[in-house]
Amino acid sequence: MTPMIETLGLSKRFVKRLDLAAKIAGRLGADVREEVVHAVDRVDITVGEGEVVGLVGESGCGKSTLGRMIAGILPPSEGRILFRGVDVATMDEREGKKAALQVQMIFQDPFASLNPRMRVEDIVGEAPIIHGIVAPRDKAHYVAEVMRRVGLDPDYRRRYPHQFSGGQRQRIGIARALAVKPEFLVCDEAIAALDVSIQAQILNLFMDLKEALNLTYLFISHDLGVVKHISDRVVIMYLGRVVEVADKEALFAQPNHPYTRALLNEVPRLDLRRRAYQPVAGEIPSPLDPPTGCHFHPRCPHATQRCRDEAPVLKEIAPGRLAACHLNDGT
Amino acid sequence: MAGTGPTLRVEGLRTHFFTNDGVVKAVDDVSFAVDRGHTLGLVGESGCGKTVTGFSILGLVDPPGRVTAGRILFNGEDLLTAGEERLRSLRGDRIAMIFQDPMMTLNPVLRIETQMVETVLAHQDVDRATARRMARDAMGKVGIPSPDERLSAYPHQFSGGMRQRVAIAIAFINQPDLIIADEPTTALDVTIQGQILFEAQKLCREVGTALIWITHDLAVVAGLADRICVMYAGRVVEEGSLDDVLDWPIHPYTRGLLNSVPSQKKNGERLEQIPGMTPSPLNLPPGCAFKTRCPRADHVCDAEPELREPVPGRRIRCFHPHARGSP
Repeated sequence: MTPMIETLGLSKRFVKRLDLAAKIAGRLGADVREEVVHAVDRVDITVGEGEVVGLVGESGCGKSTLGRMIAGILPPSEGRILFRGVDVATMDEREGKKAALQVQMIFQDPFASLNPRMRVEDIVGEAPIIHGIVAPRDKAHYVAEVMRRVGLDPDYRRRYPHQFSGGQRQRIGIARALAVKPEFLVCDEAIAALDVSIQAQILNLFMDLKEALNLTYLFISHDLGVVKHISDRVVIMYLGRVVEVADKEALFAQPNHPYTRALLNEVPRLDLRRRAYQPVAGEIPSPLDPPTGCHFHPRCPHATQRCRDEAPVLKEIAPGRLAACHLNDGT
Repeated sequence: MAGTGPTLRVEGLRTHFFTNDGVVKAVDDVSFAVDRGHTLGLVGESGCGKTVTGFSILGLVDPPGRVTAGRILFNGEDLLTAGEERLRSLRGDRIAMIFQDPMMTLNPVLRIETQMVETVLAHQDVDRATARRMARDAMGKVGIPSPDERLSAYPHQFSGGMRQRVAIAIAFINQPDLIIADEPTTALDVTIQGQILFEAQKLCREVGTALIWITHDLAVVAGLADRICVMYAGRVVEEGSLDDVLDWPIHPYTRGLLNSVPSQKKNGERLEQIPGMTPSPLNLPPGCAFKTRCPRADHVCDAEPELREPVPGRRIRCFHPHARGSP
């Protein structure tokens, strides 16, 4: 079956161009270079229809950038994104617009991602009218229906975002995404900014919506507990590269990559009481100046000379299971 | 260091904010105690008063806020009747606070060295060279590589995790008797959080510092604390030893919080959510503040529940607690 979303060698580089002064300094022989951040470095991932894929990594690993490229908000520097087997870059305008509507995004900060000067009915109702999904005269009815779907009282449709709490605002963001009838949602840390009891409400809402509307999710989070709860498969990223892909059960039972193992070890758990923390050494390196070879080698307890010289490729280590680590070569 | 009593005992603390819109009872009758070398997890959601409790202990509540009642006994001395001069000599020396945002603690225009040496010189009778050596050692202890060079850096030259470690190094430098840590790892990545928790544990064990760890994350508390104090809308609703509270939560709110944590449940099942949201502190419902969200609430809850001690060492504020061990 064709996956719903597939990325092939997808990369994103952010370049800080030299300003005039730096260019002149360069001409005169000073050692100035453009600063290049490889936010996402040749990433291949697939998301099947009806699947929930968790995308996990620490800040600066490129998970949000990857999500934004898939959602069509950021153009990739290199590589291709296939939607139902068709490259979105080769689609004509009408097809492209249709595909873009099918992929919607939910953002982390429900305070920053809603226009404070628009009423809920316009936030939710604007896009479906522009795209001809509902006629303008049916707007009120349609908005009410979408609001009920995400657990908001339609009586509040004339209100502004600041009149809602964080959890309700996140519901507005979800309603806005659902209003154009997407098949695929990219949720970027969609519950990270919410209180614990509200997180549970929104997680439940995501699961209910998936059942009711047959949605597919790319669920980006740094919280392994949440990802474990909601995902079918998990992708782990470190400094722009995918280091491990596995079914949830397999990943949490037997993490392969040393980084995944370290990450799982660090996660605080309710059943581990008064534990002695044994942290991973070192910091996440700057993406401006990533380590050579395997990006994780300066922090890895098993690193060898090969890890310092050669970047490991992501390859299959068991059916449906990928990891990028030289240790799997049995050396 | 005085006597055998707890390092800190808070009794009936009330901190109210007198705003134009009315009185916000941010902290309303809060009591707890922390022993030497022990860790208390102060747990609650945003707006429950846990941070204001920390500020009240340090005497950092600004108008329109005011501590209106209660006692804060630090090694037996009441901090509420102590003068500003006395508080100033305690803060940073015997009591230290770590904030969620390390930029709040660090002065952006001063080198780390200046800030750390100042902390030592303000409280100890040592020369500058000794103070600098202490600063360097403290930096090394919290795992900052090449502390000698890093001492002369400015806060913006550090990453978030590093900055928080500097803040922790400053908090620990005078080996205080009490540290109040207000969500110090919330903004940090998991691996960095692990490093900070490791340092906090180590320094606590070695120095015998009492620690109050303020957080909304029950899982962090599970790995760290000896006792848990759960707050809701300015009040302590449940308090007890770590295992007791996590294994047999008897207040419906604590139970709801624990059930909301995904790792607890079987994967993919619906989480047991707490309905509704935290009420506005300006407009708390009369009686039990949790009753509007509580599955067990009835007309009895219109009266205000007292904090009771049904089992020794376990306190709870509820008319309808869950029986011990009930599902």
